[in-house]
Amino acid sequence: MEKSRSELGQIIVGVARDPLGLMGLIIVGVIVFCAIFAYWIVPYDPIAMDIKSRMQGPSTAHLLGTDQLGRDTFSRVIAGGQVALKVALPAVFGAMAIGLTLGMIAGYGPKWLDNLLMLFFDTIRSFPTVMFALAVVALIGPSLQTVVFVVMATSIPTYGRVARTQTMTLRNSEFILAERSMGASMSRILGVHMLPNIIGVLAVLAAMDIPTVIALEAGLSFLGLGVKPPTPSWGSLLKDGYSLIRQTPWLVVGGGLPIILATLGFTFLGESLRDVVDPKLRKQR
Amino acid sequence: MTEKLLEIDHLCVDYETGRGDLKALRDITFNVNKGEIVGIVGESGCGKSTLISSILRLTAPNTRFREGEIRFKEQDLLQASERQMRDLRGSDISIVFQDPMQTHNPVLTIGQQMLDIQHRSKQSKADKLSHAAKMLGAVGIPDPDARLKQYPHEFSGGMRQRIAIAMALMSEPDLLIADEPTTALDATLEVQIIERLQELQREFHCAILFISHHLGVIAELCDRVVVMYAGAVVESGEVREIFHNPKHPYTRRLIECDPGHIKERARILPTIPGEVPDLANLPGGCIFRDRCDQAMARCATEVPPLDQLKEGHHAACWLNHAEATS
Amino acid sequence: MSLLNVVDLNTSYGPINVLAGVSFTVEPGETYALVGESGSGKTTVIRAIAGLAPAQDGSVTFEGQEIRGAPESVMRPLRKDMAMMFQDPVGSLSPRLTIRSLITEPYRIQGMKDRDLDAEAKRLLAMVNLPTHFADRYPYQLSGGQARRVGVARALALEPKLILADEPTAGLDVSVQGELLNLLNDLRERLGLAMVIITHNLSVVRHVADRMGIMYLGRLVEEGTTETIFNNPRHPYTRCLLSANPEPDPDARLERIALKGEPPSLLKRPSGCEFRERCPFAKDICTQTPQWEMNGDHGLRCLAPLS
Repeated sequence: MEKSRSELGQIIVGVARDPLGLMGLIIVGVIVFCAIFAYWIVPYDPIAMDIKSRMQGPSTAHLLGTDQLGRDTFSRVIAGGQVALKVALPAVFGAMAIGLTLGMIAGYGPKWLDNLLMLFFDTIRSFPTVMFALAVVALIGPSLQTVVFVVMATSIPTYGRVARTQTMTLRNSEFILAERSMGASMSRILGVHMLPNIIGVLAVLAAMDIPTVIALEAGLSFLGLGVKPPTPSWGSLLKDGYSLIRQTPWLVVGGGLPIILATLGFTFLGESLRDVVDPKLRKQR
Repeated sequence: MTEKLLEIDHLCVDYETGRGDLKALRDITFNVNKGEIVGIVGESGCGKSTLISSILRLTAPNTRFREGEIRFKEQDLLQASERQMRDLRGSDISIVFQDPMQTHNPVLTIGQQMLDIQHRSKQSKADKLSHAAKMLGAVGIPDPDARLKQYPHEFSGGMRQRIAIAMALMSEPDLLIADEPTTALDATLEVQIIERLQELQREFHCAILFISHHLGVIAELCDRVVVMYAGAVVESGEVREIFHNPKHPYTRRLIECDPGHIKERARILPTIPGEVPDLANLPGGCIFRDRCDQAMARCATEVPPLDQLKEGHHAACWLNHAEATS
Repeated sequence: MSLLNVVDLNTSYGPINVLAGVSFTVEPGETYALVGESGSGKTTVIRAIAGLAPAQDGSVTFEGQEIRGAPESVMRPLRKDMAMMFQDPVGSLSPRLTIRSLITEPYRIQGMKDRDLDAEAKRLLAMVNLPTHFADRYPYQLSGGQARRVGVARALALEPKLILADEPTAGLDVSVQGELLNLLNDLRERLGLAMVIITHNLSVVRHVADRMGIMYLGRLVEEGTTETIFNNPRHPYTRCLLSANPEPDPDARLERIALKGEPPSLLKRPSGCEFRERCPFAKDICTQTPQWEMNGDHGLRCLAPLS
């Protein structure tokens, strides 16, 4: 018999064995590490202005140069990563939790409730994300919380639909019938027997969703609708760099490269996670 | 002199896994003659599926052919190119799978699918369609011309399995591999399919390699039987020899266990206690030793060879070793 | 008083009439087998009894209490006395739970939290002859036979009076099948269980059932003691089923009664006797609708019975 390792441990080992997964794990690890320890990593205060040394090129003092207000770009990239994760993680996990709950209720509950929830999902989905964001920002003003709210609200239907489909496939399986034949309550069936079989699929979806959210946050900040200046964000870095592309090209690199890296890292991780979690593929390993 | 069609010679197949090599098939030797029905009997884990995929060379990527040969009409299939294999599959060797509900493409009509598998033929489309209708008629599907226009979901499980047989026989193969074709069907349909297979075999003269765990079906259909256990052949011979004069304890116990064999109501039914050994970590000696009630000291140390006991009857057991003829 | 009394049970899914009046009784300690081809409605019968499938009409009484269509609040206390076993040995076990959690699930559901669940798990595993360390395994680590034993252990956890078993030998190897039937026979004698067993495998029925009913298109067509049905089947359908059982003997060439075609669609039930079109013994009279007739303990729905 195989040594029984914890399930999470098995998944991590599985991901690390896949070259792409390992790369994703390393990139994501570095990003998360930098975000957590940003305060100690940054060489300068990311919002401290220093007019004397503005628009300097990369040097040993300023690894990625400075911007038009003399702020250190490297410090702003690191701090921007923290902001990106502060938006992406709560938004994605919040959407996943709400979507999962509503989706499971829709999939297991009575038909009328299912119809009602589907109508709700479809209504939200019919808003274009950026338009919806514009409306919300116009209403309550740009801030980190606004971005989190917008992203969460617009991604609930995706998780909800997947959770609903999974629930519907599971609800007619024999082990659920067996639980019903023993008199298990609905909350027990959903929480103890269905949830562990659904959560894996949604976790993969979430990992793949994080880069989208990071890009969305950057996009909104680029348009000036995201986090408020002077808070550093990859999007606002890109925006500043874009308007000064002739004078300070390093700003665009500083804002663009982390977005690309984060996107690749989370996508690799998500894809590798999907291969490991999917039981059909897992059997062949 | 009977002509040999498929010869499997000392075949050894391993699966490379995380916990070491899994010895899925060990020293498999048997053959199928032209126009003969050979049954392979075995329970789960005996290596039936590995054997079939090895013959068709449709094995999983972690498969290693360690030793032996599979010869089909004198050609070694393990040395054949991928292209040669593609030409063989579906024309000289056909297969019918276990689950009739999953073997057809759900979005194409039966007629379209039966046209597609004739892609090698130079006939006109009308000729191909009439050939398809003729085959459906041959497997007992009423009103075949109209049925060609229907989709798989419009047929019942029994009907779909007949269609699968019709499709497998269309190219008039020399060898039909039937992988538990009746397991998913009711007994009444099972009997219908077996009788149909017997008729078709007489008509088309193809050899059939019939894999099943249902002893009754094997007894009724097959000329010769190969009994497999945990990746090895434990006994092979004429169907009457195997059922009336089994020489390997596993064969004997298996036949005893079949409830169809016991006519009087029994309070305690015979069983074979124990489990199939772990193929990744094989014990030495005879693989059946742990479950055998006649095991001797020798069984623990030496692997019994597949002895010929009389013309065409082989068994791998030390109990019979003394009376072996060669 | 009968333990289970099913009277004229009817189930329809939209226009599809799956059960068209099924009646039978099970006495305490008795094993009753329901036999028929797939689509005969046998699985629906036991699911309807357990409240897992709808039943629009008829009556199901368990120990004298009417339970057809009863809400879960009424059913839950009764489920202690009525356990089910499902077809797929591994698939009927919740995949992310250990065997210990799975076999003690009934105690948790019934709120018997004061029990020592570890001790109960050990006792149940011992009862079905599985080693104690299996408690820490997951369903996917078990063979079909082992998973089936876990299913039996779970069904017996609360010492029910009735077990409803759907194809208990499905998916098992011949060498293991006997073990399971012996185990069921033994437990039944020791605990005085009654069972309803559904199967299409007639060789199994002979060894476990006291009485049996043959189902065709959602109705019983013949019923009697196992001996009577095997030795003196009177309905042509029963005769066909019995003869469609290949024997593990190449020389056993019994007169096989060929059953024509496949069961008709439930959407287009034939007129008169519904078996008429497939029946090798059909007569002119069979265009009339046969009624259920009891002759002693032998029930029959046929206008041209065999002798």
